[in-house]
Amino acid sequence: MVDSVKEKNSSGSYSSNTGPIVEYKNVHKSFGDVEVLKGLDLDIYPGEKVALIGPSGSGKTTIIRMLMTLEQPTSGEIIVDGKNLWHMEKNGKLIPANEKHLREVRGEIGMVFQHFNLFPHMTILQNCMTAPIQVQKEDKESAKRRSIEMLEKVGLGDKLDNYPSQLSGGQKQRVAMARALVMRPKIMLFDEVTSALDPELVGEVLEVIRDIAEEGEMAMVLVTHEMDFALEVADRVIFLDDGVIAEEGTPSEVLEESDNERLQQFLYRFRS
Amino acid sequence: MNINWKWDMFFEAFPYILQGIWVTVGLTFACFLFALLFGFVWVFLRRIKFKPVNWLVTWVMEFIRSTPPLIQLFFIYYAWPMIPGIGVSLTSFESAILGLGIHFSTYIGEVYRSGIEGVDKGQWEASTALNFSTRQKWTKIILPQAIPPTIPMLGNYLIIMFKEVPLASTIGVVGILALAQTYGTDNFRMLESYTIVALIFLLLSYPSAILINKLEKKLNRRFDKKAAIQENKGAVV
Repeated sequence: MVDSVKEKNSSGSYSSNTGPIVEYKNVHKSFGDVEVLKGLDLDIYPGEKVALIGPSGSGKTTIIRMLMTLEQPTSGEIIVDGKNLWHMEKNGKLIPANEKHLREVRGEIGMVFQHFNLFPHMTILQNCMTAPIQVQKEDKESAKRRSIEMLEKVGLGDKLDNYPSQLSGGQKQRVAMARALVMRPKIMLFDEVTSALDPELVGEVLEVIRDIAEEGEMAMVLVTHEMDFALEVADRVIFLDDGVIAEEGTPSEVLEESDNERLQQFLYRFRS
Repeated sequence: MNINWKWDMFFEAFPYILQGIWVTVGLTFACFLFALLFGFVWVFLRRIKFKPVNWLVTWVMEFIRSTPPLIQLFFIYYAWPMIPGIGVSLTSFESAILGLGIHFSTYIGEVYRSGIEGVDKGQWEASTALNFSTRQKWTKIILPQAIPPTIPMLGNYLIIMFKEVPLASTIGVVGILALAQTYGTDNFRMLESYTIVALIFLLLSYPSAILINKLEKKLNRRFDKKAAIQENKGAVV
């Protein structure tokens, strides 16, 4: 699997950058006395789709939240597109990043949350077009046009002027994806995006993710409990257990061929 | 026992005292506006994490709240100009705006704080994920959600301030209370004069209170709807 990723990169089809777009280097994270991540080393390549699975408390959500700058690593480095995320250079020394530095680096990252986190005081369209206008200084007309296109793509072209409270969970999550996508991130993070949904609404959200994944150019990191979906969409599956990567490989290697005992125990719950 | 009440004097006094309404109402709104703006200053000062600053701000707020507004007015109007170097002499109207405005801004700051804390933490996270600047987070995302639910509480403070404004007559602001005092002493009609003042306050406060109550119900209904949706979402988890 890793070979095929490198192949894609050397052919230049994804990015002029042949190296990884995200590198975690010996990243530790503790909350109080509890160490959730115990020295994570992980590379994510441009355009790669990575599924993070594991029991709750295994640190999978923390991995992407640190990349989105919602949690600060206790130690270690995260490199995004060649730039150190949590540190910046000043007079030849590495010092903790300030907000300005964080804003520069995280502009390439987008995130979709478990609980949608749409802005309730804005219409669906405003939810999508505000950030491109305010943050990326895109002109209003083009931001609006792209937002409408994106909302049509996720099947909500007829809801532009509705407020989030008027939508179902599945619709909200599709808006949240459109909102993240109009920012044109190079890396998209999905934090258990279907686990707050009614079972019958999960399908429509997965379908949109599948469509995004097929377009290919964006790297995607999915924290998920949808094993079948991970098998189908991911290039690589990573099983986290107790703060370390316990197993990693192609979906079939991890989900079907691995004999890791903890992984088997974990998967057993989903196969009943 | 005969009550000494003269209707003709009442009707003569009424328009005279009512002239003061513009000063009283004007001062109320001026104080309120000052408190609304200054309330934000407290909110942001309190968010400074640097311990000594945090401690100082909390202490100053506590000090302002636990001293009577009347003393604060006297201090600003009579005592402050006496301090060499930093003393400034203000008109009685300006002193009243500053004194009552600052006093109530400490309460209004707490109202804002409760509103801000009521905004879901996911809203901060989503605005970070979309890379909004700190300023944009506040102005576009957080405050537009935090402030509307506090409107009824702010309205209550407006009425409370309206009722405290007569304190300013003690430093020479000529509102309805001061005019009633003048009329009463000049004509020996205390009963009619102060009845009129009470009546004017009642006529303004009571309808305002009803209005705010209605507004609160209307806002609550809006937020109940949202709460119901949030609950549904929770039930699925």
